[in-house]
Amino acid sequence: MASALRYSDSLIAGILRRVRTIAMVGASPNWKRPSNFAMKYLQQKGYRVIPVNPRAAEAGASILGERARASLAEVPAPVEMVDVFRGSDAALEITREAIRLREEKRIEVVWMQLGVRNDEAAAEAEAAGLTVIMNRCPKIEYGRLWGELGWGGFDRGVISSRWRRPVKGDERAG
Amino acid sequence: MSDETPAPEGGTASDWGFETRMIHAGAGPDPVSGSRQIPIHQTSAYAFHDVDHAASLFNLQTFGFIYSRLGNPTVASLEQRIASLEGGCGATCAASGHAAQVLAFFPLIEAGERFAASTRLYGGSVTQFSRTFPKFDWQCDFVDTEDLSAVEAVLAQGAKALFVESLANPGGVVTDLETLAGLTRAAGALLIVDNTLATPWLCRPFEWGADLIVHSATKFLSGNGTVIGGAVVDSGRFDWSASGRFPGLSEPEPAYHGLKFSETFGELAFTVHSHAVGLRDLGASMAPMNAFLTLLGTETLALRMERHCRNALAVAEWLTEHPKVEWVSYAGLPTSPYRELAEKYLPNGAGSVFTFGVRGGYEAGVRVVEKCELFSHLANIGDARSLIIHPASTTHRQLTDEQRAAAGAGPEVVRLSIGLETVDDLVRDLDGALAAA
Repeated sequence: MASALRYSDSLIAGILRRVRTIAMVGASPNWKRPSNFAMKYLQQKGYRVIPVNPRAAEAGASILGERARASLAEVPAPVEMVDVFRGSDAALEITREAIRLREEKRIEVVWMQLGVRNDEAAAEAEAAGLTVIMNRCPKIEYGRLWGELGWGGFDRGVISSRWRRPVKGDERAG
Repeated sequence: MSDETPAPEGGTASDWGFETRMIHAGAGPDPVSGSRQIPIHQTSAYAFHDVDHAASLFNLQTFGFIYSRLGNPTVASLEQRIASLEGGCGATCAASGHAAQVLAFFPLIEAGERFAASTRLYGGSVTQFSRTFPKFDWQCDFVDTEDLSAVEAVLAQGAKALFVESLANPGGVVTDLETLAGLTRAAGALLIVDNTLATPWLCRPFEWGADLIVHSATKFLSGNGTVIGGAVVDSGRFDWSASGRFPGLSEPEPAYHGLKFSETFGELAFTVHSHAVGLRDLGASMAPMNAFLTLLGTETLALRMERHCRNALAVAEWLTEHPKVEWVSYAGLPTSPYRELAEKYLPNGAGSVFTFGVRGGYEAGVRVVEKCELFSHLANIGDARSLIIHPASTTHRQLTDEQRAAAGAGPEVVRLSIGLETVDDLVRDLDGALAAA
């Protein structure tokens, strides 16, 4: 059995602070799908999320206001993070494309969603200088690190007695 | 994600000690006012930014509050704290421990399905499972959990969960959690542990393989006899999608446009469901004031439990020497048949609720209870005050003779919940009552 994955809070928080644009491979136009949930949440937090979905692209569709692209190669640079919302098997090919496009698109992070893990892909990406996160959801991690997940009764694993201002990023909160 | 977004500091809660998490988990300064203690959010409902924000909340696409039946910030602080102390993923607070038990089973058991429960349970739980749950067509098979082949048999017959108390009320019985977790895991069933009497300070059932924990927050968690409340804690480890036995969590939910909780929320699925469906439709929500009082209680949990256990051991030792006492059932005594299990599962102490048998049967038991001056005669446990009751005439009255005997609540049995008073005063009070019995 593969070992459990552990990522420090500072690593995850650093990624979520640094990244501006996310290519979401496997983003669904169906609002009831988990990828659509995550995309909408990340948009609300101020990220630009560009959906990569060949079928939607062929139909000329937009997802949550962003035109769907047929492949990573069609996503405009810069895109700091590739979010793999596909099965673990598909992650290898997607990761290899991200490695190929790394400099052109200025990709820094390959993030595989909750339930997605491909150790071979991770090893190749890390060898190419990319940061890899697997089996995590950026929506959940954002909510966990900046407080909102606690609203649902979840242990966020964060303890601090410093007074912080409310979370920025939700445009409508202002 | 803007630069002004505050950086999360500190570490991961699992890196912090238990006492630190008792005080700090789920409770940073209020982001708007700086209020250091958790505000009591005494509100029914929450404003939306706009219609799209409201829709996102109703669709479970974003985190936030809608209506206090589903969630409340003060209650959420307590949920985070209990989840942290138990080492769980998330928690759902409820109006009472009994409400928490309904919430625990609600996503798991469909009409016509079965679960199993230990015969050694709080009498109110036996009554809830055997009398009221059948009205939902949930069937409970009671089983002696010390008879492992009987447990295997009842799991093989389709029981989807096994419900036990880590430290059983009232009998001084310690349950072999690790062994039972092995049996439930092999059968594709859940192990649900009522951890009320032990509290996470004494025992953390998730470390032994439990899947869900329920609490009556009325007891040691709040600790002052002020609150009725409960909680369900999820370990986050059960794979609902892979199991396929729990369609409520893995199949499309019609009330949320066909959303599949396990697919969409992963390890968060149970806790999201128990708020968004369980509390929504069962309505047994915890009041924010009760959450606040329980948060105050948890801040001193370890200190109180240490003293509860020390006092209880001293009283139990004294009782074993008393000529009017037939037996003492306290897992902390060297003579207890549960001593070995207590050393494994309750290394910090065997709790403060236990029973003893008075010579003279039912009548003598009743007289001891009535002659106490300092011990309060009432139907509760886990209070700073010492409490005494005669289970056969009260908490376990609704059971049959056989059920009472199985639960350790026979006619001569007196139950004590040892409080935080001066231990010599407790001994003197019991001495006087026994002399008069």
